Amino acid sequence: MAEQATARPSGRTSTAAFLGRREEGAMLGISRTSRYVAHAILILGVLIVAFPIYYTFVASTHSLQTILRPPLPLLPGDRFWENYSTALFGGIGRIGGVDVGTLLFNTTAVALAIAIGKIVISILSAFAIVFFRFPLRMFFFWMIFITLMLPVEVRILPTYKVMVDLGLIDTYTGLTLPLMASATATLLFRQFFLTIPGELVEAARVDGAGPWRFFKDILLPLSKTNIAALFVILFIYGWTQYLWPLLVTNRNDMNTIVIALRKMISFADADTEWHLVMVTAMLAIVPPILVVLFMQRWFVKGLVETEK
Amino acid sequence: MATVELKDVRKTYGGTVEAVKGISLSIPDGAMCVLVGPSGCGKSTLLRMIAGLEAITSGTVSIDGKVVNTLGPAERDIAMVFQNYALYPHMKVYDNMAYGLRNRGTPKDEIDRRVRGAAATLGLTEFLERKPRELSGGQRQRVAMGRAIVRNPKAFLFDEPLSNLDAKLRGQMRVEIKNLQRSLGVTSVYVTHDQVEAMTLADTLVVMNQGVAEQIDTPMAIYARPATIFVAGFIGSPAMNLLAAEGGDNGKGLKLASGGFLKPRDIVLPESGRSVLLGVRPEHLTLVGDRKNADIELKVTAVETLGADTLAHGHSVSGDARSGELIARLPGNVGVDVDDLLPLAINAGSAHIFDAGTGRRV
Repeated sequence: MAEQATARPSGRTSTAAFLGRREEGAMLGISRTSRYVAHAILILGVLIVAFPIYYTFVASTHSLQTILRPPLPLLPGDRFWENYSTALFGGIGRIGGVDVGTLLFNTTAVALAIAIGKIVISILSAFAIVFFRFPLRMFFFWMIFITLMLPVEVRILPTYKVMVDLGLIDTYTGLTLPLMASATATLLFRQFFLTIPGELVEAARVDGAGPWRFFKDILLPLSKTNIAALFVILFIYGWTQYLWPLLVTNRNDMNTIVIALRKMISFADADTEWHLVMVTAMLAIVPPILVVLFMQRWFVKGLVETEK
Repeated sequence: MATVELKDVRKTYGGTVEAVKGISLSIPDGAMCVLVGPSGCGKSTLLRMIAGLEAITSGTVSIDGKVVNTLGPAERDIAMVFQNYALYPHMKVYDNMAYGLRNRGTPKDEIDRRVRGAAATLGLTEFLERKPRELSGGQRQRVAMGRAIVRNPKAFLFDEPLSNLDAKLRGQMRVEIKNLQRSLGVTSVYVTHDQVEAMTLADTLVVMNQGVAEQIDTPMAIYARPATIFVAGFIGSPAMNLLAAEGGDNGKGLKLASGGFLKPRDIVLPESGRSVLLGVRPEHLTLVGDRKNADIELKVTAVETLGADTLAHGHSVSGDARSGELIARLPGNVGVDVDDLLPLAINAGSAHIFDAGTGRRV
């Protein structure tokens, strides 16, 4: 959702650029009325998506007492600094006194490791599969392809057993390693590499570029928009992981923010520090939004453009 | 600068398909050798074997007297210009040209000197900071040439470098390539399917067909004395007229299959009864005043007016019999119409006789 909302303005600017100097919105065959209707629907959609987030933000600035005594005000309260500093630095009782800062650090580390790890592994495997002739090449390709049918949930028990045997419970390695192998990203890179003309590869060979140089000087720069788009998608994938971190972490200070959020909510309403839950929820969505905002231009480029 | 020498070079795919069937060729230092032929004749495969992009099944390729069969493309010290230019899309023109030198560890100031030198030669100086996609087709082609020049290689290899350009630019680049190759004096191998390119560029022309070199000679020699029917039909535009005939009158004339009797002058005629093909280029047919002096009569079915020339398409008529297609290239100011009957004479010494069985010149 976040990326859609942020991708939209950029879409508009590129359309305007595409239309050249024509009057804004003066697209052929689209009447004024239908444009208003279209915008009304879009605005309605934005409101529907944005309101819960706004409401969460409002709740995160009130005291627990205000939240527990309905109705909740629609305007932000006066406890912003208090709630946020408590959550970030004070430690939260229900999750063993760990502060949200640690959780954010954990989750960022995990999401980054997963995203970067996936990209590194998949780009290298795609490089091998597309540009090298070695025995059993197609066998390996199909092996990678088949793992698409085995998502984490299907292989979770054996994977867990392996992690326990290797002593990787409650470690960053344990949190990230099993999620790194990615058939999807490998296939994506493979498809992109296949579009690179054979003559380009041969030109590089004549220019004296070995496989490593070719990869570094030609393949990587050509793949950068793809890498950026994948990074955004995979970072959010890593950020929102739930089942695997739940299984592989026991210590509270190794939790990711999504797990901690769940742990903070007790069945008994009065036990739950709702104001801190709201703060944590708000903080949990900030890094993915930052990543999308920061990478937006590349992300859209990677999805839309095939550089040639 | 070096000689390039091929000895019985063969290429077999999967043990069964022979793409190149034993070609021997010697290109002297500084010469331009053009490989020409229809698509699938093995000319590109042969070039790629010289480049080291394709393994050689048997035979040897030597550059500068050294057998290079097992060397990689970079170690052979050759430079190649590709059909689709194969410029690195993310690099500026400057970096495209410098890349090969950087990989060889050439000092920076030397790279700069050479790149700027090549850019000046090719008129690319103002484009050095641009990306390939901001250039036109002709400019990209020049960058591809520049990439070859800066390397100062022993040989240039061109793989149909002009086939992506429009006709006008192609003609212009053709002359540029020729001049450049002359002034640099670098031994070159040039692959094309375009016979105009082949004729204008070549010092040595190799006409290939189905993996075999049909004829290796200078362009004019090939035009004047094509060794086989294939070469006769391939070189020259419009293609040479080929008429079925057999020797007659005790080796003093030719009996056309369509009927009629010919006595072409100044050529060796086959013995009586031998079935042959008579080849006459359209430009070697001359319109004569009356039917008595004519060798062949042409019944016109279509006329192409090109300005300088008029091409008369039709078939030969002798008596009532009709035979194969004929094209005559006549002066532009001749008024010819469909259904005209044109008396034509074959110029002295310009008829070609090929054996109908082997296809070789008699």
